[in-house]
Amino acid sequence: MIELSGVHKRFGDNPVLQGVNLSIASGTSMVIIGGSGTGKSVLLKCILGLIRPDRGTIMLDGRDVTAQSMSGRDRDAFLARFGMLFQGGALFDSLKVWENVAFRLLRGEAALPKAEARALAIEKLRRVGLKPEVADLFPAELSGGMQKRVGLARAIAASPDIIFFDEPTTGLDPIMAGVINDLIREIVVEMGATAMTITHDMSSVRAIADTVAMLHGGVIRWTGPVSEMDETTDPYVQQFIHGRAEGPIESVR
Amino acid sequence: MTAVLGALGRPVLMAIAALGRVALFAGAVLGHILRPPFYLRELGTAILQIGWYSLPVVGLTAIFTGGALALQIYAGGARFNAESVVPSIVAIGMTRELGPVLGGLMVAARVASSIAAEIGTMKVTEQIDALVTLSTNPLKYLAVPRVIAATLSMPVLVAVGDAIGIMGGWLVGTTRLDFNSAAYLKNTTDFLEVWDVGSGLVKGAVFGFIVALMGCYHGMNSARGAQGVGRATKSAVVSASVLILAANYVLTEVFFTT
Ligand SMILES: Nc1ncnc2c1ncn2[C@@H]1O[C@H](COP(=O)(O)OP(=O)(O)OP(=O)(O)O)[C@@H](O)[C@H]1O
Ligand SMILES: [Mg+2]
Repeated sequence: MIELSGVHKRFGDNPVLQGVNLSIASGTSMVIIGGSGTGKSVLLKCILGLIRPDRGTIMLDGRDVTAQSMSGRDRDAFLARFGMLFQGGALFDSLKVWENVAFRLLRGEAALPKAEARALAIEKLRRVGLKPEVADLFPAELSGGMQKRVGLARAIAASPDIIFFDEPTTGLDPIMAGVINDLIREIVVEMGATAMTITHDMSSVRAIADTVAMLHGGVIRWTGPVSEMDETTDPYVQQFIHGRAEGPIESVR
Repeated sequence: MTAVLGALGRPVLMAIAALGRVALFAGAVLGHILRPPFYLRELGTAILQIGWYSLPVVGLTAIFTGGALALQIYAGGARFNAESVVPSIVAIGMTRELGPVLGGLMVAARVASSIAAEIGTMKVTEQIDALVTLSTNPLKYLAVPRVIAATLSMPVLVAVGDAIGIMGGWLVGTTRLDFNSAAYLKNTTDFLEVWDVGSGLVKGAVFGFIVALMGCYHGMNSARGAQGVGRATKSAVVSASVLILAANYVLTEVFFTT
């Protein structure tokens, strides 16, 4: 269970998060939707402690995990439970694809032997629809969509129990997007992981989500089960899921 | 009046604050050096990048400097009929000052810039964030190997530079000036003391530390975007160079005034 309460974050005079309250039950899949630049990526980074919230608390299984209130060792243990796919991929460009995917497997106390880590990396690459030949290339030699999928393989490689996906299907063709949606669903259902996914793709939302939350104006505007998303009368949600130019969300900013 | 004081005070305060941040950063890096995990592969790569690939630039700098030094000292010495000091002064000048300082500055230009650009790019493309989410401390993984590599490599580079610089002086002395080769070399070895060389090597280690530290510090604190990386790179080179010259003065004062 991840619980956020009153999370605030501003950058200079740009108030991005202004009191986000949200809870995600363990083993469920939450999808966050919201306009570009509303702070969805910032929200995920706040949970991971990559960005320090100005105010508010973040609890994981009843423990305060707000970055500034954790000691080094606790934070290591906390991070070990997470996997994250960054919006831009964030692959290490000095390492080969397989070394990126196996990064966590090759290090730390439970480090695997190289051959084993490599085999596991190739298996994860296969699950995101990449051929074994890709393993020995460098990230710069891949297309944008391929890089995204390598990032995804890296996020799931160590089988974390909480996984964040920042726009996993952006830049992929519809078929590959479907494969990735299925994969995320599978990870939640079969491995019992908790997933938080940011996406702009409504078909992805329907494929992945148990619950949906919409971030707008620095707060969670609406949250509920995906089945109720279509029925809600909230005009913001309605405008967003139908992609209308007219409505309460100003399209010219 | 207050406006003038304010205008003077602000940069001074900012400089002090920056020094404080650098000192904290240096402390954090040093704290990580002895604690595991150790990234040996990264250390090996860093030694190759920082030490091995800097050899040509340090060697070229040294040979021309040694040669020019021989010409200058000869010309200057001629005023007192003391041309015979050329070999020993070239050797002392190279080992105590010019080897470490010019070597340090060249390595600052080559290495501080590339470290800052590489780490800065990693920062703006979220690779540093990704390291954190993969339970890897960026300081330990990125900064520590580079700092160790530079601190260990620089004395070696300085030693090589010293030798090549002395050779540059010898080349000029025997071909352009009227020195006898054997006499030149004898004069060099007779007057050169261990501490002349040793002090230069210690300086080299300190300068190497400064170069890598500045590269890592500015890279890790790079602002967003290509412009941010550009600025980080420039700041790394400038601050490393200035700190090297300042540290050189302090070390010279400590080593040679009693
Ligand atoms: N490190 C930072 N420094 C300054 N401002 C930032 C930083 N990170 C994000 N912002 C600002 O925070 C706001 C929200 O950014 P964020 O990346 O979270 O948007 P988003 O909701 O993920 O948008 P998108 O759907 O386009 O990815 C933006 O206005 C951005 O400029
Ligand atoms: Mg985003």
